[in-house]
Amino acid sequence: MDVVGAGIKLLEIASKVSDGMGEVMSNGELEARLERIPTNLGPYGVDPFGFDPNYIRKIMAPVAWLYQKYFRCQSFGLENVPDGRCLIIGNHSGQLPFDAMMIVMSAFLDRDPPRYFRSMVERFVPATPFVSPFLARCGQILGTPENCRRLMGSGEAILVFPEGLRGLNKTWAKRYQLQRFGQGFMRLALETQTPIVPTVVIGAEEQAPTFYNAEALAKAFGFPAFPITMTHPMVPGLGLLPLPTCYRIYFGEPMSFDGNANDEDDFIMEKVRSVQERMQAMIDAGLKRREHVFW
Amino acid sequence: MRIVLTGISGRFGRRVANRLHRVHEVIGVDRRPCPGLPKGLIHHRIDIRRRSAENIFRQDEIDAVVHLGVVHNFRVSSEELYVRNIIGTETLLRYVSQYKVKKLILLSSGDVYGPMPTNSHYIHEDAPLMASQRFPETRSIVAVDRAIQSFFWRHHDIETVILRPAHIVGPNVRNAPSRYLRLRIIPTLAGFDPMVQLTAEDDLIGMIEGALKPGVRGVINLASTEPVPLARILKIVGKPTLPVPHPLFKAFLERAWRYRMTSFPAPELDHIRFNAVLDTSRSEDILKVPPERTLYDIVEPFRAE
Repeated sequence: MDVVGAGIKLLEIASKVSDGMGEVMSNGELEARLERIPTNLGPYGVDPFGFDPNYIRKIMAPVAWLYQKYFRCQSFGLENVPDGRCLIIGNHSGQLPFDAMMIVMSAFLDRDPPRYFRSMVERFVPATPFVSPFLARCGQILGTPENCRRLMGSGEAILVFPEGLRGLNKTWAKRYQLQRFGQGFMRLALETQTPIVPTVVIGAEEQAPTFYNAEALAKAFGFPAFPITMTHPMVPGLGLLPLPTCYRIYFGEPMSFDGNANDEDDFIMEKVRSVQERMQAMIDAGLKRREHVFW
Repeated sequence: MRIVLTGISGRFGRRVANRLHRVHEVIGVDRRPCPGLPKGLIHHRIDIRRRSAENIFRQDEIDAVVHLGVVHNFRVSSEELYVRNIIGTETLLRYVSQYKVKKLILLSSGDVYGPMPTNSHYIHEDAPLMASQRFPETRSIVAVDRAIQSFFWRHHDIETVILRPAHIVGPNVRNAPSRYLRLRIIPTLAGFDPMVQLTAEDDLIGMIEGALKPGVRGVINLASTEPVPLARILKIVGKPTLPVPHPLFKAFLERAWRYRMTSFPAPELDHIRFNAVLDTSRSEDILKVPPERTLYDIVEPFRAE
């Protein structure tokens, strides 16, 4: 059994032990939702990008448990997610990308009809053992413009975090402040005339409060970051286990942009900034509405 | 059609010759002997760089050249690879342009793109050829591909075709992917499961024949199967697998290669580590030779008893 497999096993045990299992979606219901996702499977049960619904079937129950029981996710504005191709632009936080997983699950479990977002992953992922095949089977793809273009061509919803690691690995002092956005997503949106759905997650920042990112150590170990949290690296193995904060996921109204995809950076950046400002406003509003981090 | 076929003495070359010989007049050129050829098939046992090779072009009008004579054996010294692959190809290109051959087909390889962690999922024909970045010994193979590409741009009147097939696999083939599938216990890299495409040897022969059709030109990616996770292929093969961590496997192969205990150079591990999926839509549009073998057919000869 590999590392990822072990993690999923652990989750399964946790979900069995926890009470109120009845409230989590039943396997039959999950299965029915999985059936309704449009896929482009080849003769061997995987799509050309390596997405394998059978694999999802195996890990679905524990992940649904994470969504409904552990993070007690609440999603708002799912009606803003269109049926056709779109770019879901999210804020990234929390050291480990549970926020991505939860955004994907919210559209899968709470939306009708269900959608399965394909997210764009960082460049170090394909070279990371265990993580790379796990994410590939889950339908996540290396974030190159070419990959994104192809998936959008087949009408998929693509989840992108334009902050990338800058957002994911930021420290506690910078919580809920959007970091610098990349502009690749905007160029693609302009080129393919794709609506952008600004999406924010409230609650992921507090799952692993980080005091310091030890860049020297990260470099030495070949990690993208080395966060020092209350438990990491002091508790080996489970140091980055997220705190069970309450996730609130807001999907904003779709934004459409017109213009030349090959414009100069300044012009593109202007449009990017308007998305970023909208998201920051959504974050601020969400924080104001929230009464407590854990419920 | 009168066709000059380089590399005819190889196992694959001989099969191509047999197939083309049914309809065309084939003239083989290879330094190695080539026994057991069918009657009427001419074989010149000469080096392509020799003057006598030029005579073949001077004597008869040649309609097409199929260039299979690229050495892929990395045990051969780099000087030797340079001379045989690059100088050999350049000489051949001189004959083709000088004697007004109408068609030139190179059997290159999908490996020239190189399996890289940063590859876009689908590799289009225009993608840069990165193979030698991580595997310097492949540079002569990449250089041959490039030389023929630049020839393609310089000579619009000559239909130049570069075929880049994904891993060629077949019961008679002795390349790395076929040898890998033939192992009794198949090692894999722990925590990696790339998408892999295979090209059936027989399909490829049909595709080379198809590339001879007038109007077919340019670079064309080829594959018989859709991309499939490696683990799924190995499951069909049904042999025991052994997952090994990459650093360990690499260190082992580097030493084993140095002491001539293995025929797999360590950088080839990248093929079972990273995706290198070829976009074969051009082949469907231009070549129009649909592959006939399924994954099950291709893997059949390698299956555990």
